[in-house]
Amino acid sequence: MQTDNRSRPIPVRELSSGESADLVFFSSVSENTRRFVEKLARPAVRIPLRPRPEGMIRVSRPYVLVVPTYGGGARSGAVPKQVIAFLNDPVNRALLRGVITAGNTNFGEHYCLAGPVISAKCRVPELYRFELLGTPHDVARVDEGLSLFWAEPPSTPAHS
Amino acid sequence: MTTPTSLLRSSVTPPGYRRDPAARLRPINWNRVSDEKDLEVWNRLTANFWLPEKVPLSNDLPAWRGLSAPERTLTMRVFTGLTMLDTVQATVGEICQIQDARTEHEEAVYTNIAFMQSVHARSYSSVFSTLTSTPEIDDAYRWAVGNDLLQRRCKAVLQHYCGDDPLKRKVSSTLLSSLLLYAGFYLPLHFSVHATLTNTADMIRLILRDKAVHGYYSGYKYQRGLEAHGPERQEHMREFTFALLEQLYELELEYSGELYEPLGLMDDVSAFVRYNANKALMNLGYPARFATEETAVRPEILAALSPGADENHDFFSGSGSSYVIGTAVDTSDEDWDF
Repeated sequence: MQTDNRSRPIPVRELSSGESADLVFFSSVSENTRRFVEKLARPAVRIPLRPRPEGMIRVSRPYVLVVPTYGGGARSGAVPKQVIAFLNDPVNRALLRGVITAGNTNFGEHYCLAGPVISAKCRVPELYRFELLGTPHDVARVDEGLSLFWAEPPSTPAHS
Repeated sequence: MTTPTSLLRSSVTPPGYRRDPAARLRPINWNRVSDEKDLEVWNRLTANFWLPEKVPLSNDLPAWRGLSAPERTLTMRVFTGLTMLDTVQATVGEICQIQDARTEHEEAVYTNIAFMQSVHARSYSSVFSTLTSTPEIDDAYRWAVGNDLLQRRCKAVLQHYCGDDPLKRKVSSTLLSSLLLYAGFYLPLHFSVHATLTNTADMIRLILRDKAVHGYYSGYKYQRGLEAHGPERQEHMREFTFALLEQLYELELEYSGELYEPLGLMDDVSAFVRYNANKALMNLGYPARFATEETAVRPEILAALSPGADENHDFFSGSGSSYVIGTAVDTSDEDWDF
């Protein structure tokens, strides 16, 4: 692993307004979060699992982010590194409007920790939390909530 | 980076000796990881490592003396039942999955999980030795060996561990880790709501954190294994999973009913079991079996489990009172590197 090319910048793939969606998500190879997003039946864009070969996406319209929490209860690493790479791009960060987080209540006070971390860093509301793949109840709440959220968007938050 | 195919073809990992004693043996190579989940889960497990000696259980002595005799007996039995399940898991459930591993790193992960299950089994003994006497402990063990329902619960899972189907082993292990243990975990959460045995509850929270990773990992590997099969086998496994879930759920209601009904807690305990049965299924990639209304655990129990699992995090409902810009969390540069 020592021979890779981490020092080189990750290539960027710009999404046109047609390709960009108001839902952006990350899902690991476990595909849990993808299955939740699929049940919402809304256009969605996936943050690449391997940004280096695939290219990190740059979105072009406001969106809500759906992410799983990593790290088994530890604060460091709660946000998947691919999501950090995605949000390190100021363009992506400026278009973020809210965050929805997947987790497991077994992690106690660190349940869905990626939500509050992203919320505080990017100054957007944490919209919803669900466990693992989400239940039909979660899917209905989020679907209904997103429709209302986009019908009456909050004022654009200030970004640094 | 994965191991060169030529090396994989010409050698086996040590568990392969059983199938082919003549094969060349290959040592584990953590510098060539083919499934990144193995390394991710290994790192989570080692970061979560703990020992019961670090939990100040003796601070629970005054609370223990304040419990009624039936409450003390219930606690002893519930914890002996948990010890039984963790012993099954440490000595058979995790070990038996090594032979089915899809990668050499998966073999190593089960050795880690098996050890942690032994730590969990030992942690209940720490509670006993801190709070109770040898005769009381011996009584609880006699009860466990003599209790038919407890025995049937274990053997319903063990028969698949000792069977010949790798996927059934995975389902059984995931259901044990994500369903069977939870009626037992309910009791310390219930006590902690009443500010009783709070250090024991803290120890249970450490166990819960581990169980989430264990159930997730077995469930993930199950899904990787399942996708290699055709629709017929997949449907067979789906039916097997839901049938075993029903069987274990019925046994759980009977077993826990005997324990909890005298204290009037069984309605909520069964909701907690259904809530966790759904999570077990989700770990295996299946939809929930029980409706939201059937899994409504008392909010204070849910809060004792996770302070963030309440309605305040449903911004859409209009009750998103917990969202206040800039005060939510004390992030540091280490976890967020712009």
